[in-house]
Amino acid sequence: MSPIVEVEAVSKRFGTASVLDGVSFVVEPGSVVAVIGRSGSGKSTALRCINRLETIDAGRIRVCGHDLTAPGLDVGQLHRDVGIVFQSYNLFPHLTAEQNVMLAPRLVLGLPRDRQRELAAAVLAQVGLADKAQAYPSQLSGGQQQRVAIARSLAMKPQLMLFDEITSALDPELTGEVLRVIEGLARDGMTMLLVTHEMAFARKVADHVMFMHRGRVWEEGPAAVLDAPQTDELRQFLGSGL
Amino acid sequence: MISLTPEQLLFLLRGFGWTVVLSLLAFAGGGLLGFVLALARVYAPAPVRMGTMLYIKLIQGTPLLILLFLAYFGLPALGVVVDPLVAAGIGLSIYVSAYLGEIWRGSLEAVPRTQEEAALCLALTWRQRLVHVVLPQAAKIATPPTVGFMVQIVKNTSLASAIGFVEMARAGQMINNATFRPLVVFVLIAALYFALCYPLSVWSRHLERRFDVAHR
Repeated sequence: MSPIVEVEAVSKRFGTASVLDGVSFVVEPGSVVAVIGRSGSGKSTALRCINRLETIDAGRIRVCGHDLTAPGLDVGQLHRDVGIVFQSYNLFPHLTAEQNVMLAPRLVLGLPRDRQRELAAAVLAQVGLADKAQAYPSQLSGGQQQRVAIARSLAMKPQLMLFDEITSALDPELTGEVLRVIEGLARDGMTMLLVTHEMAFARKVADHVMFMHRGRVWEEGPAAVLDAPQTDELRQFLGSGL
Repeated sequence: MISLTPEQLLFLLRGFGWTVVLSLLAFAGGGLLGFVLALARVYAPAPVRMGTMLYIKLIQGTPLLILLFLAYFGLPALGVVVDPLVAAGIGLSIYVSAYLGEIWRGSLEAVPRTQEEAALCLALTWRQRLVHVVLPQAAKIATPPTVGFMVQIVKNTSLASAIGFVEMARAGQMINNATFRPLVVFVLIAALYFALCYPLSVWSRHLERRFDVAHR
Protein backbone atom coordinates (compact mmCIF):
# COMPACT_ATOMS: atom_id res chain seq x y z
CA MET A 1 0.00 0.00 0.00
CA SER A 2 1.28 3.47 -0.77
CA PRO A 3 1.90 5.89 2.10
CA ILE A 4 -0.94 8.10 3.33
CA VAL A 5 1.37 11.08 3.62
CA GLU A 6 4.43 11.71 1.47
CA VAL A 7 6.37 14.87 2.19
CA GLU A 8 9.27 15.52 -0.18
CA ALA A 9 11.91 18.20 0.32
CA VAL A 10 9.40 20.74 1.59
CA SER A 11 10.56 24.24 2.40
CA LYS A 12 8.57 27.07 3.84
CA ARG A 13 9.51 30.52 4.99
CA PHE A 14 7.69 33.22 6.90
CA GLY A 15 9.25 36.41 5.58
CA THR A 16 12.97 35.90 5.95
CA ALA A 17 12.70 33.16 8.56
CA SER A 18 13.02 29.65 7.19
CA VAL A 19 10.58 27.43 9.09
CA LEU A 20 10.86 24.26 7.06
CA ASP A 21 14.13 23.52 5.31
CA GLY A 22 13.92 20.49 3.05
CA VAL A 23 11.65 18.30 5.16
CA SER A 24 10.90 14.79 3.89
CA PHE A 25 9.02 11.96 5.56
CA VAL A 26 6.27 9.44 4.95
CA VAL A 27 3.38 8.17 7.05
CA GLU A 28 2.29 4.59 6.29
CA PRO A 29 -1.37 3.56 6.60
CA GLY A 30 -2.25 2.46 10.10
CA SER A 31 0.89 3.87 11.66
CA VAL A 32 1.22 6.39 14.46
CA VAL A 33 3.95 8.94 13.94
CA ALA A 34 4.98 11.28 16.76
CA VAL A 35 6.72 14.55 15.92
CA ILE A 36 8.81 15.99 18.72
CA GLY A 37 11.06 19.00 18.99
CA ARG A 38 11.48 22.38 20.59
CA SER A 39 9.12 25.30 20.03
CA GLY A 40 9.97 26.88 16.71
CA SER A 41 11.47 23.71 15.25
CA GLY A 42 8.79 23.69 12.56
CA LYS A 43 6.80 20.69 13.77
CA SER A 44 3.42 22.43 13.97
CA THR A 45 4.01 24.15 10.64
CA ALA A 46 4.80 20.79 9.04
CA LEU A 47 1.54 19.44 10.41
CA ARG A 48 -0.45 22.44 9.18
CA CYS A 49 1.07 22.12 5.69
CA ILE A 50 -0.33 18.61 5.45
CA ASN A 51 -3.93 19.81 5.43
CA ARG A 52 -3.05 23.00 3.61
CA LEU A 53 -3.62 25.43 6.44
CA GLU A 54 -0.21 26.67 5.31
CA THR A 55 1.07 26.68 1.74
CA ILE A 56 4.61 25.61 0.94
CA ASP A 57 7.33 27.40 -1.01
CA ALA A 58 9.13 24.36 -2.41
CA GLY A 59 8.82 20.60 -2.48
CA ARG A 60 5.86 18.26 -2.81
CA ILE A 61 3.23 16.88 -0.47
CA ARG A 62 0.85 14.04 -1.26
CA VAL A 63 -1.88 13.28 1.26
CA CYS A 64 -4.51 10.55 0.83
CA GLY A 65 -3.97 10.67 -2.92
CA HIS A 66 -4.19 14.47 -3.16
CA ASP A 67 -1.26 16.35 -4.62
CA LEU A 68 -1.26 19.51 -2.50
CA THR A 69 0.71 21.54 -5.02
CA ALA A 70 -1.43 20.54 -8.00
CA PRO A 71 -3.53 23.39 -9.43
CA GLY A 72 -6.74 21.36 -9.46
CA LEU A 73 -6.56 20.35 -5.80
CA ASP A 74 -9.96 19.63 -4.25
CA VAL A 75 -9.44 21.24 -0.85
CA GLY A 76 -12.88 20.20 0.35
CA GLN A 77 -12.16 16.53 -0.34
CA LEU A 78 -8.74 16.88 1.30
CA HIS A 79 -10.40 18.18 4.46
CA ARG A 80 -12.89 15.32 4.39
CA ASP A 81 -10.03 12.84 4.27
CA VAL A 82 -7.85 14.52 6.89
CA GLY A 83 -9.04 15.40 10.39
CA ILE A 84 -7.18 17.79 12.67
CA VAL A 85 -7.40 18.56 16.38
CA PHE A 86 -5.88 21.76 17.74
CA GLN A 87 -4.21 22.70 20.98
CA SER A 88 -6.99 25.18 21.78
CA TYR A 89 -9.86 22.75 20.93
CA ASN A 90 -11.66 25.35 18.78
CA LEU A 91 -15.10 23.93 19.50
CA PHE A 92 -17.99 26.06 18.29
CA PRO A 93 -19.17 27.75 21.50
CA HIS A 94 -22.74 28.38 20.28
CA LEU A 95 -23.40 24.67 19.66
CA THR A 96 -23.77 21.74 22.05
CA ALA A 97 -21.29 18.87 21.99
CA GLU A 98 -23.70 16.89 19.83
CA GLN A 99 -24.30 19.81 17.45
CA ASN A 100 -20.56 20.39 17.18
CA VAL A 101 -20.13 16.79 16.12
CA MET A 102 -23.14 16.73 13.75
CA LEU A 103 -22.41 20.00 11.93
CA ALA A 104 -20.03 18.69 9.26
CA PRO A 105 -21.87 15.37 8.70
CA ARG A 106 -25.04 17.41 8.20
CA LEU A 107 -23.63 20.15 5.96
CA VAL A 108 -20.84 18.35 4.13
CA LEU A 109 -22.03 14.76 3.95
CA GLY A 110 -25.73 15.64 3.88
CA LEU A 111 -26.70 12.85 6.28
CA PRO A 112 -30.36 12.68 7.35
CA ARG A 113 -31.20 13.78 10.88
CA ASP A 114 -31.40 10.33 12.49
CA ARG A 115 -28.11 9.21 10.93
CA GLN A 116 -26.46 12.39 12.24
CA ARG A 117 -27.66 11.60 15.75
CA GLU A 118 -26.53 7.97 15.56
CA LEU A 119 -23.14 9.07 14.33
CA ALA A 120 -22.82 11.72 17.04
CA ALA A 121 -23.80 9.22 19.72
CA ALA A 122 -21.26 6.71 18.41
CA VAL A 123 -18.27 9.06 18.25
CA LEU A 124 -19.12 10.73 21.57
CA ALA A 125 -19.26 7.26 23.14
CA GLN A 126 -15.92 6.48 21.55
CA VAL A 127 -14.34 9.40 23.43
CA GLY A 128 -16.25 8.55 26.62
CA LEU A 129 -18.67 11.49 26.55
CA ALA A 130 -22.00 9.88 25.64
CA ASP A 131 -23.60 11.63 28.63
CA LYS A 132 -22.39 15.11 27.60
CA ALA A 133 -24.13 15.33 24.23
CA GLN A 134 -26.33 18.24 25.31
CA ALA A 135 -23.60 20.20 27.10
CA TYR A 136 -22.19 23.43 25.67
CA PRO A 137 -18.39 23.67 25.43
CA SER A 138 -18.29 26.18 28.28
CA GLN A 139 -19.93 23.58 30.54
CA LEU A 140 -17.14 21.08 29.88
CA SER A 141 -13.63 20.76 31.28
CA GLY A 142 -10.64 21.26 29.01
CA GLY A 143 -10.11 17.53 28.70
CA GLN A 144 -13.77 16.99 27.84
CA GLN A 145 -13.72 19.79 25.29
CA GLN A 146 -10.66 18.28 23.66
CA ARG A 147 -12.36 14.89 23.50
CA VAL A 148 -15.42 16.47 21.84
CA ALA A 149 -13.04 18.06 19.33
CA ILE A 150 -11.59 14.62 18.59
CA ALA A 151 -15.11 13.19 18.21
CA ARG A 152 -16.01 16.06 15.87
CA SER A 153 -13.12 15.11 13.59
CA LEU A 154 -13.84 11.38 13.82
CA ALA A 155 -17.43 11.94 12.71
CA MET A 156 -16.11 12.72 9.22
CA LYS A 157 -14.47 9.29 9.11
CA PRO A 158 -11.08 10.65 8.07
CA GLN A 159 -8.30 8.45 6.70
CA LEU A 160 -5.72 10.43 8.62
CA MET A 161 -5.84 12.31 11.91
CA LEU A 162 -3.51 15.17 12.75
CA PHE A 163 -3.02 16.22 16.38
CA ASP A 164 -1.33 19.53 17.06
CA GLU A 165 -0.07 19.54 20.67
CA ILE A 166 -3.53 18.65 21.84
CA THR A 167 -2.63 18.19 25.51
CA SER A 168 -0.43 21.27 25.86
CA ALA A 169 -3.25 23.42 27.23
CA LEU A 170 -4.43 20.77 29.72
CA ASP A 171 -3.68 20.09 33.37
CA PRO A 172 -1.69 16.89 33.91
CA GLU A 173 -4.71 15.06 35.32
CA LEU A 174 -6.78 15.94 32.25
CA THR A 175 -4.01 14.96 29.84
CA GLY A 176 -4.44 11.28 30.66
CA GLU A 177 -8.09 11.10 29.59
CA VAL A 178 -7.26 12.62 26.20
CA LEU A 179 -4.24 10.38 25.64
CA ARG A 180 -6.33 7.30 26.44
CA VAL A 181 -8.66 8.26 23.58
CA ILE A 182 -5.66 8.46 21.23
CA GLU A 183 -4.45 5.06 22.42
CA GLY A 184 -7.87 3.65 21.62
CA LEU A 185 -7.69 5.12 18.10
CA ALA A 186 -4.23 3.63 17.64
CA ARG A 187 -5.59 0.21 18.60
CA ASP A 188 -8.37 0.63 16.04
CA GLY A 189 -5.76 1.20 13.36
CA MET A 190 -6.27 4.92 12.74
CA THR A 191 -3.38 6.56 10.90
CA MET A 192 -2.16 9.43 13.04
CA LEU A 193 0.45 12.12 12.98
CA LEU A 194 0.84 13.85 16.28
CA VAL A 195 2.94 16.74 17.43
CA THR A 196 3.48 16.20 21.14
CA HIS A 197 5.48 17.12 24.20
CA GLU A 198 4.53 13.91 26.01
CA MET A 199 7.66 11.79 25.61
CA ALA A 200 6.35 8.89 27.65
CA PHE A 201 3.25 8.85 25.51
CA ALA A 202 5.21 9.04 22.24
CA ARG A 203 7.32 6.12 23.42
CA LYS A 204 4.23 4.10 24.25
CA VAL A 205 1.94 4.76 21.29
CA ALA A 206 4.10 5.83 18.35
CA ASP A 207 5.43 3.37 15.79
CA HIS A 208 7.72 6.02 14.50
CA VAL A 209 9.25 9.10 16.09
CA MET A 210 10.50 12.17 14.24
CA PHE A 211 12.69 14.72 15.99
CA MET A 212 12.59 18.09 14.27
CA HIS A 213 15.24 20.72 14.76
CA ARG A 214 15.77 23.99 12.87
CA GLY A 215 13.15 23.16 10.27
CA ARG A 216 14.59 19.75 9.45
CA VAL A 217 13.90 16.17 10.36
CA TRP A 218 17.00 15.81 12.51
CA GLU A 219 16.59 12.24 13.59
CA GLU A 220 13.89 9.62 13.14
CA GLY A 221 13.16 5.98 13.61
CA PRO A 222 11.13 3.59 15.71
CA ALA A 223 10.21 4.80 19.20
CA ALA A 224 13.45 3.23 20.40
CA VAL A 225 15.39 6.26 19.06
CA LEU A 226 14.24 8.02 22.19
CA ASP A 227 16.22 5.56 24.29
CA ALA A 228 19.34 5.72 22.14
CA PRO A 229 19.56 9.15 20.50
CA GLN A 230 22.20 9.42 17.78
CA THR A 231 22.52 13.20 17.66
CA ASP A 232 23.61 15.63 20.37
CA GLU A 233 20.56 17.78 19.66
CA LEU A 234 18.09 14.99 20.41
CA ARG A 235 20.11 13.95 23.46
CA GLN A 236 19.97 17.54 24.75
CA PHE A 237 16.28 17.81 23.97
CA LEU A 238 15.49 14.60 25.83
CA GLY A 239 17.78 15.61 28.66
CA SER A 240 16.03 18.93 29.14
CA GLY A 241 13.30 17.10 31.01
CA LEU A 242 10.44 17.65 28.58
CA MET B 1 -55.06 65.54 26.29
CA ILE B 2 -54.91 69.12 27.60
CA SER B 3 -55.99 71.67 25.01
CA LEU B 4 -55.43 69.45 21.99
CA THR B 5 -58.39 68.49 19.84
CA PRO B 6 -58.96 64.86 18.88
CA GLU B 7 -58.07 65.82 15.29
CA GLN B 8 -54.74 67.24 16.40
CA LEU B 9 -54.02 64.16 18.49
CA LEU B 10 -54.86 61.92 15.57
CA PHE B 11 -52.55 63.99 13.36
CA LEU B 12 -49.76 63.52 15.91
CA LEU B 13 -50.37 59.79 16.06
CA ARG B 14 -50.22 59.58 12.29
CA GLY B 15 -46.83 61.32 12.52
CA PHE B 16 -45.83 58.76 15.14
CA GLY B 17 -46.79 56.02 12.69
CA TRP B 18 -44.65 57.56 9.94
CA THR B 19 -41.72 57.81 12.32
CA VAL B 20 -42.05 54.07 12.94
CA VAL B 21 -42.32 53.36 9.20
CA LEU B 22 -39.31 55.53 8.44
CA SER B 23 -37.28 53.88 11.21
CA LEU B 24 -38.10 50.42 9.86
CA LEU B 25 -37.27 51.50 6.31
CA ALA B 26 -33.96 52.96 7.42
CA PHE B 27 -33.08 49.89 9.45
CA ALA B 28 -34.08 47.46 6.69
CA GLY B 29 -32.35 49.37 3.89
CA GLY B 30 -29.34 50.34 5.98
CA GLY B 31 -29.10 46.86 7.46
CA LEU B 32 -29.13 45.16 4.08
CA LEU B 33 -26.52 47.50 2.64
CA GLY B 34 -24.54 47.49 5.91
CA PHE B 35 -24.39 43.71 5.92
CA VAL B 36 -22.95 43.67 2.41
CA LEU B 37 -20.48 46.39 3.43
CA ALA B 38 -19.39 44.43 6.50
CA LEU B 39 -18.83 41.27 4.48
CA ALA B 40 -16.92 43.23 1.85
CA ARG B 41 -14.76 44.86 4.51
CA VAL B 42 -13.76 41.46 5.92
CA TYR B 43 -13.79 39.02 3.00
CA ALA B 44 -13.49 40.95 -0.29
CA PRO B 45 -10.24 41.41 -2.23
CA ALA B 46 -8.11 44.39 -1.24
CA PRO B 47 -9.40 46.96 -3.80
CA VAL B 48 -13.03 46.30 -2.84
CA ARG B 49 -12.11 46.47 0.86
CA MET B 50 -10.49 49.86 0.26
CA GLY B 51 -13.48 51.14 -1.70
CA THR B 52 -15.83 50.03 1.05
CA MET B 53 -13.72 51.71 3.68
CA LEU B 54 -13.72 54.96 1.70
CA TYR B 55 -17.52 54.83 1.36
CA ILE B 56 -17.90 54.31 5.09
CA LYS B 57 -15.51 57.15 5.99
CA LEU B 58 -17.23 59.45 3.49
CA ILE B 59 -20.74 58.78 4.79
CA GLN B 60 -19.70 58.92 8.42
CA GLY B 61 -18.10 62.29 7.74
CA THR B 62 -21.25 63.74 6.16
CA PRO B 63 -24.17 65.17 8.18
CA LEU B 64 -27.38 63.19 7.82
CA LEU B 65 -29.17 66.43 6.91
CA ILE B 66 -26.92 66.83 3.85
CA LEU B 67 -27.57 63.20 2.83
CA LEU B 68 -31.31 63.88 3.05
CA PHE B 69 -30.95 67.08 0.98
CA LEU B 70 -28.90 65.17 -1.58
CA ALA B 71 -31.56 62.48 -1.84
CA TYR B 72 -34.48 64.90 -2.01
CA PHE B 73 -33.04 67.73 -4.13
CA GLY B 74 -30.06 65.97 -5.73
CA LEU B 75 -31.83 62.97 -7.24
CA PRO B 76 -34.43 65.10 -9.13
CA ALA B 77 -31.50 67.10 -10.55
CA LEU B 78 -30.32 63.79 -12.02
CA GLY B 79 -33.76 63.21 -13.45
CA VAL B 80 -35.05 60.87 -10.74
CA VAL B 81 -38.12 62.31 -9.09
CA VAL B 82 -38.65 61.07 -5.54
CA ASP B 83 -41.31 61.88 -2.99
CA PRO B 84 -40.22 62.83 0.53
CA LEU B 85 -40.77 59.33 1.97
CA VAL B 86 -38.57 57.69 -0.66
CA ALA B 87 -35.93 60.40 -0.37
CA ALA B 88 -35.88 60.10 3.43
CA GLY B 89 -35.73 56.31 3.14
CA ILE B 90 -32.75 56.49 0.78
CA GLY B 91 -30.88 59.15 2.77
CA LEU B 92 -31.40 57.37 6.08
CA SER B 93 -30.52 53.96 4.62
CA ILE B 94 -27.21 55.23 3.29
CA TYR B 95 -26.45 56.91 6.59
CA VAL B 96 -27.36 53.82 8.62
CA SER B 97 -25.46 51.46 6.30
CA ALA B 98 -22.14 53.14 7.04
CA TYR B 99 -22.59 52.75 10.80
CA LEU B 100 -24.05 49.24 10.82
CA GLY B 101 -21.36 48.21 8.31
CA GLU B 102 -18.68 49.27 10.78
CA ILE B 103 -20.42 47.74 13.82
CA TRP B 104 -20.87 44.43 12.02
CA ARG B 105 -17.37 44.41 10.57
CA GLY B 106 -16.05 44.67 14.12
CA SER B 107 -18.36 41.86 15.21
CA LEU B 108 -17.22 39.60 12.37
CA GLU B 109 -13.59 40.28 13.20
CA ALA B 110 -14.19 39.64 16.88
CA VAL B 111 -14.95 35.98 16.16
CA PRO B 112 -11.59 34.21 16.58
CA ARG B 113 -9.94 33.23 13.28
CA THR B 114 -9.42 29.75 14.71
CA GLN B 115 -13.19 29.21 14.58
CA GLU B 116 -13.21 29.58 10.83
CA GLU B 117 -10.08 27.48 10.59
CA ALA B 118 -11.71 24.65 12.53
CA ALA B 119 -14.75 24.84 10.24
CA LEU B 120 -12.52 24.87 7.16
CA CYS B 121 -10.78 21.73 8.40
CA LEU B 122 -14.19 20.04 8.66
CA ALA B 123 -14.61 20.70 4.92
CA LEU B 124 -17.31 23.36 5.32
CA THR B 125 -17.57 25.74 2.35
CA TRP B 126 -17.07 29.49 2.84
CA ARG B 127 -20.83 30.02 2.90
CA GLN B 128 -21.36 27.25 5.45
CA ARG B 129 -18.55 28.57 7.63
CA LEU B 130 -20.11 32.02 7.50
CA VAL B 131 -23.71 30.96 8.13
CA HIS B 132 -23.18 28.22 10.70
CA VAL B 133 -20.03 29.22 12.54
CA VAL B 134 -19.10 32.88 12.15
CA LEU B 135 -22.46 34.68 11.88
CA PRO B 136 -24.11 33.11 14.97
CA GLN B 137 -21.16 34.18 17.07
CA ALA B 138 -20.86 37.59 15.42
CA ALA B 139 -24.61 38.17 15.92
CA LYS B 140 -24.22 37.75 19.64
CA ILE B 141 -21.43 40.31 19.72
CA ALA B 142 -23.32 42.67 17.39
CA THR B 143 -26.70 42.69 19.11
CA PRO B 144 -26.18 45.22 21.91
CA PRO B 145 -24.50 47.88 19.73
CA THR B 146 -26.97 47.26 16.90
CA VAL B 147 -30.06 47.72 19.03
CA GLY B 148 -28.32 50.67 20.67
CA PHE B 149 -27.86 52.18 17.23
CA MET B 150 -31.53 51.56 16.39
CA VAL B 151 -32.32 54.11 19.10
CA GLN B 152 -30.19 56.61 17.16
CA ILE B 153 -32.06 55.77 13.95
CA VAL B 154 -35.45 56.41 15.54
CA LYS B 155 -34.33 59.78 16.84
CA ASN B 156 -32.59 60.74 13.59
CA THR B 157 -35.73 60.21 11.53
CA SER B 158 -36.85 63.57 12.92
CA LEU B 159 -34.44 65.21 10.45
CA ALA B 160 -36.71 64.05 7.63
CA SER B 161 -38.95 66.95 8.65
CA ALA B 162 -36.40 69.20 6.92
CA ILE B 163 -37.33 67.81 3.51
CA GLY B 164 -41.03 68.23 4.17
CA PHE B 165 -41.83 64.73 5.31
CA VAL B 166 -44.50 64.82 8.00
CA GLU B 167 -43.24 62.44 10.63
CA MET B 168 -43.69 62.97 14.35
CA ALA B 169 -41.41 66.00 14.84
CA ARG B 170 -42.86 67.82 11.81
CA ALA B 171 -46.40 66.97 12.93
CA GLY B 172 -45.58 68.45 16.33
CA GLN B 173 -44.23 71.63 14.76
CA MET B 174 -47.35 72.03 12.68
CA ILE B 175 -49.65 71.56 15.66
CA ASN B 176 -47.56 73.95 17.70
CA ASN B 177 -47.89 76.55 14.94
CA ALA B 178 -51.64 76.22 15.21
CA THR B 179 -51.99 76.00 19.00
CA PHE B 180 -49.00 77.96 20.38
CA ARG B 181 -48.61 75.45 23.18
CA PRO B 182 -44.99 74.40 22.69
CA LEU B 183 -44.53 72.91 26.14
CA VAL B 184 -47.52 70.60 25.86
CA VAL B 185 -46.82 69.62 22.27
CA PHE B 186 -43.11 69.01 22.51
CA VAL B 187 -43.21 67.26 25.87
CA LEU B 188 -45.78 64.97 24.33
CA ILE B 189 -43.50 64.42 21.29
CA ALA B 190 -40.53 63.71 23.55
CA ALA B 191 -42.61 61.20 25.50
CA LEU B 192 -43.60 59.44 22.30
CA TYR B 193 -39.97 59.18 21.15
CA PHE B 194 -39.09 57.85 24.57
CA ALA B 195 -41.88 55.28 24.28
CA LEU B 196 -40.25 54.04 21.08
CA CYS B 197 -36.65 54.10 22.22
CA TYR B 198 -36.83 52.86 25.79
CA PRO B 199 -38.25 49.42 24.89
CA LEU B 200 -35.43 49.05 22.37
CA SER B 201 -32.84 49.60 25.10
CA VAL B 202 -34.62 47.16 27.39
CA TRP B 203 -34.77 44.63 24.58
CA SER B 204 -31.06 45.07 23.92
CA ARG B 205 -30.23 44.31 27.55
CA HIS B 206 -32.58 41.33 27.53
CA LEU B 207 -30.95 39.88 24.41
CA GLU B 208 -27.52 40.39 25.92
CA ARG B 209 -28.52 38.39 28.98
CA ARG B 210 -30.21 35.64 26.96
CA PHE B 211 -27.20 35.13 24.70
CA ASP B 212 -24.97 35.18 27.73
CA VAL B 213 -26.91 32.37 29.39
CA ALA B 214 -26.97 30.30 26.19
CA HIS B 215 -23.19 30.41 26.07
CA ARG B 216 -22.47 29.57 29.66
